[in-house]
Amino acid sequence: MIMLDYIMLVLSILLLVIAFLAVSEKSLIKSVIFLSALSMLSVVAFVVMKAPDVALTEAVIGSGLVTALFVFTLLSIKKEESK
Amino acid sequence: MKKLLAFVLTIGLGLLIIFALDANTTFDDFGFANLAERVSTRYITKGSNVDIIFGQTLEPESGPANIVTSIVVDYRSFDTLGEVTVLFISALGVALLLGSAGAQKRMELNFKPNFMLRVGSRALFGIIIMTGVYVTLHGHLTPGGGFPGGAMIASAMLLLYLADDEFRARIKGFKILESIAGSLYVIIGLLGLVVATYFLQNFLPNGTVGDLLSSGIVPIIYILIGLKVGSEISGMIDNFLTEEEAQ
Repeated sequence: MIMLDYIMLVLSILLLVIAFLAVSEKSLIKSVIFLSALSMLSVVAFVVMKAPDVALTEAVIGSGLVTALFVFTLLSIKKEESK
Repeated sequence: MKKLLAFVLTIGLGLLIIFALDANTTFDDFGFANLAERVSTRYITKGSNVDIIFGQTLEPESGPANIVTSIVVDYRSFDTLGEVTVLFISALGVALLLGSAGAQKRMELNFKPNFMLRVGSRALFGIIIMTGVYVTLHGHLTPGGGFPGGAMIASAMLLLYLADDEFRARIKGFKILESIAGSLYVIIGLLGLVVATYFLQNFLPNGTVGDLLSSGIVPIIYILIGLKVGSEISGMIDNFLTEEEAQ
């Protein structure tokens, strides 16, 4: 039980740090990657908090699809700018 | 300076939330809430006094062995219908913004996928689709269900789009599948109104808790949701990855 508490503590601090990095990062693409990392860590947090349903959804949508869509949007914006 | 201000503001807001929730009579302390007043107890015990045993209990009030599913698709099915509608509207918005009536071509990516990547992604595609179908079919028994399952199917499509620069799905078929699945959800709800008493009522027998073929209309609805979500997000991915043909 105490072990789990320590894991949760480390996880929460990491989540906060990565969330702050995602907000304060200047480069958009790096910000998106930080967002993806945040989703990945929150999946672990959800599993520790015994919410496997939420974890499954977050793993697929938060870290997979949303990241991909953000990256594609950035790609097409870059293309428009270079025209 | 700006960063410091944001940091102080965040800390301040956090403290505000903590102090507001502290000693608030609406939110009881941990362990002090009277669970008999809460509707969640009824959902967990499924309205019966005896324990629900996996694989043994016959005909409970709500069939699914997974409590989340029994709330999302059985007790609160109407909310799920609204959720599916929200997803439909956002997909429609993406199609309005990015789609066009004219000829479309694939967006050119900066890298050229080689042979190995193409073959490997084809092999992975089947496995991911299988996982998505499994998660959707077992939505009433294990964690997951229509939403994550459908999103998994869509992410398999995304893999094919990424690994093959000439791949394009037949989006017309997806659109038809999506509308059929959405309409069937409403029709099943209306059937509940006709056959039984209220909208989206579970009018089929619930069977044994934990069987694959159990809990009445819940698996059917979850399969429909899986198909709808999968085709919707696949359509969205296609909209993102295509662009208008340059004249």
